[in-house]
Amino acid sequence: MSVDLGMPGVWAPKGAAQTSGHGAHPADPLRWGPTFPEAAAEALGDRQLRRNLARATSTIRGKRAAVVGEVTDWEELRDAGRAIKTRVMAELPELLLQLEEQVTARGGTVHWARDAAEANRIVADLVKATGETEVVKVKSMATQEIGLNEALAEEGIEAVETDLAELIVQLAGDMPSHILVPAIHRSRAEIREIFLARMDDVPRELSDAPAELAEAARLHLRRTFLRAKVAISGANFAVAETGTLAVVESEGNGRMCLTLPETLITVMGIEKLVPTWRDLEVFLQLLPRSSTGERMNPYTSMWTGVTKGDGPQAFHLVLLDNGRTRALADDVGRAALHCIRCSACLNVCPVYERVGGHAYGSVYPGPIGAILTPQLTGAAGHGDPGSSLPYASTLCGACYDVCPVKIDIPALLVDLRARQVDGDRRRILPGAWDVAMRGASWAMSSAKRFAPAARSARLGRLLARDGKIRSVPFPGSLWTRSRDLPAPPEETFRDWWSRTRGDGDEA
Amino acid sequence: MRRRRNKATTDARTEVLDRIRAALAGPDGVAVGGTGEDPATTVGRPSAADAVVRHYRSTGVHEPGSPALIEMLTDRLADYRAVVHEVADASELPAALRRVLAGVRTAVVPPWLDSAWVTAAAGAGVAVRTDAPTVPLSTEALESVEVVLTGARVAIAETGTIVLDAGPDQGRRIITLLPDRHVCIVRAGQVVQTVPEAIAVLGRSPARPQTWISGPSATSDIELTRVEGVHGPRRLDVVLLRS
Ligand code: SF4
Repeated sequence: MSVDLGMPGVWAPKGAAQTSGHGAHPADPLRWGPTFPEAAAEALGDRQLRRNLARATSTIRGKRAAVVGEVTDWEELRDAGRAIKTRVMAELPELLLQLEEQVTARGGTVHWARDAAEANRIVADLVKATGETEVVKVKSMATQEIGLNEALAEEGIEAVETDLAELIVQLAGDMPSHILVPAIHRSRAEIREIFLARMDDVPRELSDAPAELAEAARLHLRRTFLRAKVAISGANFAVAETGTLAVVESEGNGRMCLTLPETLITVMGIEKLVPTWRDLEVFLQLLPRSSTGERMNPYTSMWTGVTKGDGPQAFHLVLLDNGRTRALADDVGRAALHCIRCSACLNVCPVYERVGGHAYGSVYPGPIGAILTPQLTGAAGHGDPGSSLPYASTLCGACYDVCPVKIDIPALLVDLRARQVDGDRRRILPGAWDVAMRGASWAMSSAKRFAPAARSARLGRLLARDGKIRSVPFPGSLWTRSRDLPAPPEETFRDWWSRTRGDGDEA
Repeated sequence: MRRRRNKATTDARTEVLDRIRAALAGPDGVAVGGTGEDPATTVGRPSAADAVVRHYRSTGVHEPGSPALIEMLTDRLADYRAVVHEVADASELPAALRRVLAGVRTAVVPPWLDSAWVTAAAGAGVAVRTDAPTVPLSTEALESVEVVLTGARVAIAETGTIVLDAGPDQGRRIITLLPDRHVCIVRAGQVVQTVPEAIAVLGRSPARPQTWISGPSATSDIELTRVEGVHGPRRLDVVLLRS
């Protein structure tokens, strides 16, 4: 049976298997589809997608602003969060060894994986050793990043996503488009269609009321949870000092996976550490308010190794590199590794809001994805889809204002752009191009310089006809030859942003 | 599973650690891959100024258990659509439990819940079963029980959070997960204002499995609208014991 669910055509399968979209996915979850400009142009033409995104992101922006606004020491918490992450990066080897020692002392087993293939191999072997062919999964960015579900499918192991949004994505044979809400691009009506088409146990009269859809997911997964012997999770935090792992969630599917099965396998990026138990007091305040816009998420589970008589009696922790050490060696990459995946920067990004997550061609979309993806993959050349990502931004600065660990995303993007320009400059056109782009890079690398520069660009209106500048004198002609340069608007984007939106979202 | 570290794993461990050390050192201690001139940012470079600064609040302004905190916790829990029942003192608890458990036929309790509470529940006509780590109930049995009745380790007023750490009056994690309704008794003295105060309490035994609960199970995955009731208990009742 082939049901057209209106999925994007690049990689979507026809008639994906009943409870799994495997086989349908890109070979590399960090770089799939066309380049950002091509994918963005296509997404911009999808009005349903833009409506879904605009509605969802404006809801979450409002909630975040309200709950952040009531915290009197929010800036102090951000400073602490940033300082703790800086310490983590500087002391990473010692902290990882400490974590390993603590987890091992408490009855867990620690594995190390250099890359995605190695991590997938380790997990597949661990599952096979249990004799099971089905595993339940808690939503996890790390396992998305390494394409674990597809790797397990090749070994005859079915991985069932249990987070509602992940389940929607999996049933639709889709890719996630948001860090926190992977099905943010789907409206309730579309979700109803997906459930009706792909779940064998939903009532025909299912409506699109969110409560009914959630109930359908509850019933669909209940038996699976109760029979599952192996669970796979990610981790939001790991405390080096105590060996404690933490998973932050809402639905209780995380608790199910972390409590019911006999074996638990956790895959975690090596940067997810915090040094001390006390550091949790910072991140457990920053994360929920930044991500779902709640004072606290419904459930947070913490466990340390194995607890006799309570929960899984076998625990494996897989520590994943997969490009992180490459990122760590670089100023920009190291800063990006501070990210706690709250997704606040996606929700405030005017570019993300309009093009959606798929255009970024990576499981890490949005402003932070535009940095993290090329850093993890080492994307450099123009042929690599990741190389255009640093340009997927207006540098409006909203992402920096909301980032709970104060990652200066606009500055990092400008740095990445400058490197590409430097690279190109060496190959082509020294001279005037050089002067112009270095100037632009200099102006854009500082908000103070950028604002007046953008304003002065309004002089360009004098050259424009029909709102487009068709040609400008050399060296600008090198640019306008290949594209129209829109005439600078009466009001710059930055000015418009701070006038219309800056108020509510400023922390 | 037997604990062992095979050769490939050892190699990966050594190599990842070596890569990290190399990344942190950089050639001549200078960042690798940067523009080399006028870097746009110094974020991510450790420096003396980056020593962890804790200028945030580590305690609240209200004493644990003070009326202001009870009120704040009640307000936050109501926001999550949890049902809050306030009880003035222990003598009123049996009557309160009878009201809360009206119509309930089966309940499970952890091994060392205050016996007065268990008696009260039984007095309300509820068949009460005990789950102990040494004599655990089966998954099927827990799945068919209507209510779980527990105590708590600590509660956070500002966030409307109750934390269980598998203590003797809270039990195994599974018992507060499978029944569809959780009735949790919190003593006023357990209510602190801020997250750091709770972390300090829990830090006395951090290795215990913990469950932080803020309202009934919920999802925001459909158009980012919060809907209560997915996989965890769909109803949360908090009985607040004022003294
Ligand atoms: S970069 Fe900052 S705002 Fe964006 S997801 Fe990461 S932590 Fe959140």
